[in-house]
Amino acid sequence: MPVKKRNSFLINPELDRAQILKDATRELALPTRRLFLKGAVTLGGLTMLTGCGLSDNQSVESFLMRVSRLNDRVQGWLFDPNRLAPTYSEAELTRPFPFNAFYGVEDVPEVDAASFVLKVGGLVTGKRSWTLPELYALPHAEQITRHICVEGWSAIGHWGGTPFREFLRQVGADTSAKYVGFKCADDYYESIDMPTALHAQTLLTFQYDGKTLPPEYGFPMKLRMPTKLGYKNPKHIMEIYVTNTFPGGYWSDQGYNWFGGS
Amino acid sequence: MAASPLKTALSQSAKPIHPVWVRLCHWLNALAAILMVLSGWRIYDASPVFKGFVIPPAITLGGWLGGALQWHFAAMWLLFFNGLIYLGLNLATGRLFRKFFPLSPRAVWRDLRLALIGKLHHDDLSHYNALQKIAYLTVIIDLVVLVLSGLAIWKSVQFPLLRELMGGYDNARIVHFCAMALLVGFFVVHVVMVALVPRSLLTMIRGR
Ligand code: HEM
Repeated sequence: MPVKKRNSFLINPELDRAQILKDATRELALPTRRLFLKGAVTLGGLTMLTGCGLSDNQSVESFLMRVSRLNDRVQGWLFDPNRLAPTYSEAELTRPFPFNAFYGVEDVPEVDAASFVLKVGGLVTGKRSWTLPELYALPHAEQITRHICVEGWSAIGHWGGTPFREFLRQVGADTSAKYVGFKCADDYYESIDMPTALHAQTLLTFQYDGKTLPPEYGFPMKLRMPTKLGYKNPKHIMEIYVTNTFPGGYWSDQGYNWFGGS
Repeated sequence: MAASPLKTALSQSAKPIHPVWVRLCHWLNALAAILMVLSGWRIYDASPVFKGFVIPPAITLGGWLGGALQWHFAAMWLLFFNGLIYLGLNLATGRLFRKFFPLSPRAVWRDLRLALIGKLHHDDLSHYNALQKIAYLTVIIDLVVLVLSGLAIWKSVQFPLLRELMGGYDNARIVHFCAMALLVGFFVVHVVMVALVPRSLLTMIRGR
């Protein structure tokens, strides 16, 4: 079949067409991504500085992505497992605590408490399915800490639940593995490094402000890490798994830094 | 054998006004600072510290918050290591003290008055006047404050001392913003001054 030169990069039989289509649709579905490219092109000053017109956006983007992965390693190295995030008093709570997600509050998923079962998978030797009453019976801890959003704002909240390292111990997790991954009811997915998973303030949260975690804050459970930015704290968790294969995350796959530590 | 007067004169004229490492560090720093400021503006816009004050997205870098953060956290390494080399060499060679001192409030005041009536000359490019000295020292300290407040925002849990020094996480953002504004103010005046004495630009490029 003769291939028109103009389009050859699109119909090169050696490339996986389905994959390209999938990637392209995903990229285009994100208005911010289109802006990213547009913004980079319109930036005349930078064009002058680099002298390459930034026409090869692809290489700039992949360079920045590589630096971001390097920054993951630097942050892993800066992370002190014994350093605690500051805690606050009831009086300092931010009321109301802001709702934040990649969708509006009207689209918050409704999870049925009675039929809910948390799945646990990957490198664990113990119990692989947990009902809510079983989870609520685990050792209890509370914290009032600052939630720092990647956008810059911060809010102080009051969370209750079980220390995540205690939960990992209960499920017989291989804590020498690299990552803990999460799958959520709102199609969010996230993963964290094991040192953070084992941090004393990393809390598998079932309560907000002394009451059952409301849907907008992540019912049935949210992983609360005051040592990480907001988007690293998954809500509506349905499945937890331990792995050595890098799982990525909803936002970090689009360009946010994966480690996202503070 | 004593050096001949000719030889001394030759080596004097061959010696650049700005050594090559100063020139390199200066332009790398300018590049890093511009990238940091433009991407920083986009990050600022994601959640403005001062309600109602937004920076026009068209003049920012990164296109969206994630892209801007990538630029910011890449350019920071250039700014940081280049700054370390500049400060390190300036201290080690004693150039910092030769070039920027002595500096007295009286000299600054005198040069400021001269500048305002258009009588401040910059004929001898190998010497900075008092206004230049104070401006350059200020921007150097300002850049240090920018890096430290930025570190307090980025790693507010890992660097508690720095965080408290900046008055807490939220306040560190205000410090960071104000230091940025001072840097931009310096930049505007700096470029205008260079335009008024174009010969100085040559010295920062060729050394002479
Ligand atoms: C934010 C960006 C910039 C910063 C922080 C900055 C900072 C400085 C500093 C600290 C010095 C003194 C260097 C030393 O002697 O060790 C200097 C000198 C100089 N800068 Fe910049 N600069 C910036 C951007 C620029 C730009 C864009 C230009 C050109 C238009 C420029 C032109 C010069 C020149 C010509 C000198 C030497 C002045 C003289 O010899 O009288 N700078 N700059």
